[in-house]
Amino acid sequence: MAWTRKILRINLTQGSCSSEALNMEWAAQYLGQRGLASKYLVSEIDPKVDPLSPENKIIYATGPLTGTMASTGGRYSVVTKGPLTGVIACSNSGGFFGAELKFAGWDMIIVEGRSPTPVYLHIENDLAELLPADDLWGSTVWSTEATLKKRHQDPLLRVSSIGRAGENQVLFAAIVNDLHRAAGRSGVGAVMGSKNLKAIAVRGTRGVGNIADAKAFMAAATAGKKVLAENAVTGQGLPTYGTQVLMNVINEMGALPTRNHRDVEFEGARKISAEAMHEKRATDGRAHLVANQACFGCTIACGRISRIDETHFSVETKPEYWGASGGLEYEAAWALGSANGVDDLEALQFANLLCNEDGMDPISFGATVGAVMELYDLGILSKEEIGLEVPFGSAEALCKLAEMTARGEGFGKILGQGSKRLCAKYGKPELSMTVKGQEFPAYDGRALQGMGLAYATSNRGACHLRGYMVSSEVFGIPVKTDPRETTGKPEMLKAFQDATAVVDSSGLCVFTTFAWTMNDIQPQIQAACEGDWSQDALLQMGERIWNLERDFNLAAGITGKDDTLPPRLLNEPCKTGGSKGMVAEIGKMLPEYYSLRGWTPEGVPTAATRSRLGL
Amino acid sequence: MQKSLHIDPGKCTGCLQCEMACSYEHTGAFNPSRSLIKVFDFHHEGRKVPYTCTQCAEAWCLNACPVEAIKIDAATGAKVVLDAVCVGCKVCTIACPFGTVNYSHETGKVQKCDLCGGDPACAEACPTDAITYIDSDWTGLERMRKWAQKTDSAARV
Repeated sequence: MAWTRKILRINLTQGSCSSEALNMEWAAQYLGQRGLASKYLVSEIDPKVDPLSPENKIIYATGPLTGTMASTGGRYSVVTKGPLTGVIACSNSGGFFGAELKFAGWDMIIVEGRSPTPVYLHIENDLAELLPADDLWGSTVWSTEATLKKRHQDPLLRVSSIGRAGENQVLFAAIVNDLHRAAGRSGVGAVMGSKNLKAIAVRGTRGVGNIADAKAFMAAATAGKKVLAENAVTGQGLPTYGTQVLMNVINEMGALPTRNHRDVEFEGARKISAEAMHEKRATDGRAHLVANQACFGCTIACGRISRIDETHFSVETKPEYWGASGGLEYEAAWALGSANGVDDLEALQFANLLCNEDGMDPISFGATVGAVMELYDLGILSKEEIGLEVPFGSAEALCKLAEMTARGEGFGKILGQGSKRLCAKYGKPELSMTVKGQEFPAYDGRALQGMGLAYATSNRGACHLRGYMVSSEVFGIPVKTDPRETTGKPEMLKAFQDATAVVDSSGLCVFTTFAWTMNDIQPQIQAACEGDWSQDALLQMGERIWNLERDFNLAAGITGKDDTLPPRLLNEPCKTGGSKGMVAEIGKMLPEYYSLRGWTPEGVPTAATRSRLGL
Repeated sequence: MQKSLHIDPGKCTGCLQCEMACSYEHTGAFNPSRSLIKVFDFHHEGRKVPYTCTQCAEAWCLNACPVEAIKIDAATGAKVVLDAVCVGCKVCTIACPFGTVNYSHETGKVQKCDLCGGDPACAEACPTDAITYIDSDWTGLERMRKWAQKTDSAARV
């Protein structure tokens, strides 16, 4: 079974908490986490709803393998209509919160309405209560977590909360759990803020015991762990270097977006790479990196724990930042660094700490700073307008803008609206490096043709985690494809997108798929869950989830015309390196992609497709 | 050969596989709150440290127990709580200098590591060898080897 079969429904308008049975018919079709929460969301809200209104709902969902001994089985997803994008948002987080929610006996929490005053949700097994959070409003994620642990006299409490960015409805505000693990993208933190919900604090002592076939599950989980340990990426590369292992690799391919995608190679990449994090600093003789740490149940342990340089200008008078903390991961290092031309590792870590502390997505924040710096470079934005000089490469500007955005001060309020709204406001919408309003992550869609298509078609706006074509185009997993080539990419992307939707619905981490195939994942799901979870059934479920999300987005108002990339990626060739001369040729791939998906030439699922998938 | 649990915190990533394995072995559920080994988080130092009973030779918990509910497993040397005898008086939890015997309100008994009868599930589950089950007379062997290696290279220089 693996599900607890219970949903906690919170109505903030009424101040009520109630328990209801999980819809097991839906669980059989959507498994859990991303898929099942999306099914609940699309069934319960109007796709046209204002994401920051009380009519939007926000769902925190675990998967059936969350809280089990399956490696990486600690994930949860936050599903809502995203304020940054206006489409479905599904942000996935690790850490320890998801497993704790499961141990308390809940598969998911559905939050609706809006509280008249700030509150937090406290859960201790069956007991769920809304408590006043007036004193917590205005405080950071870090101090909220510390306060709640003290207040409830429970050091083992797991907390998921928003900082000031979420309260201020920064459109890329994140929800942060366990201090530095985040449901980061699409502005899910702003939705929480709009509902006056500061935090969810949970303690569970029930455990997960209802595994369908426990013996088979332990065998499958153990076999899976062995595969992860013996794989070069998950057994060595990620534990040693973290996701930052990518920085030099992607840069050398000419695929590292630099200075708001003006360039594809960053001359400072080496200085902000995994290798640099391992080197001893000249100032204090210590390496930036302290240790690698794992999320719940994870035998990969890619997480970086670092210690900032106490003598760096950003923190020299702020000892509260001197301790070890999370970062830098590749996406943050890229967005805060390369995207702005900043090569100061310590400055990146400071901005990253602020993103964790006050709950902001470092990808969208950093990429928006890139747009600000380009507008400044072009003379469209002035020092007077911003309040400081912001040339490309300025570490000081990066740090100051992070503080201003997190706290909602001055120009930070405009920056906090994301690059799409910011560039439109200053008359240069084409300079916003976004798809469906969401900023690109750390791979150039021109240099990797498959990633270009993945960005254009992602159901949550530009995203690397919906179909990670980098895996094939860079690493050769499961097979090496030429990043310059468009042929065959639509078919591969569809397969990646559907399989990823399965992983995202199970409670497992998508990073396992550097080593695991469905042959490793399927036996773990089948042993844990009753029902037919054959590979065919799972992959069809992945396709069902993809189409469910697509249908919601179409009803929300997007069309096939939104499946595109900014003009810079379509028309301005890469200037240097291995990708020199390339542009994103999505026009060559999109018709085939729609056709493979069983969609009309306008990108709408046909009646036959919907019927085949049981939608 | 008598074996001991040996913990090297420098290798711990904090994944909690040990806590799940322990609770699964003893309760049949994945439930860290019932684990007899705990991983502590020293966040500001970036360290995770697993900690459990060291199976003292002169066990204060055993000596303090008024009903003789803690016995020595002759095969493993583990100090084992006999649930049928334990009255939940908690005197052992006071006697233990390390805090590794704890009361469970669910069972009304105290609980502590019993080395799983000689095949500790935590050591089996640990992915990084931060927890190993090795010759109790030579728990320092690996550390000795590392120092020995340094001596050797220094001699060559």
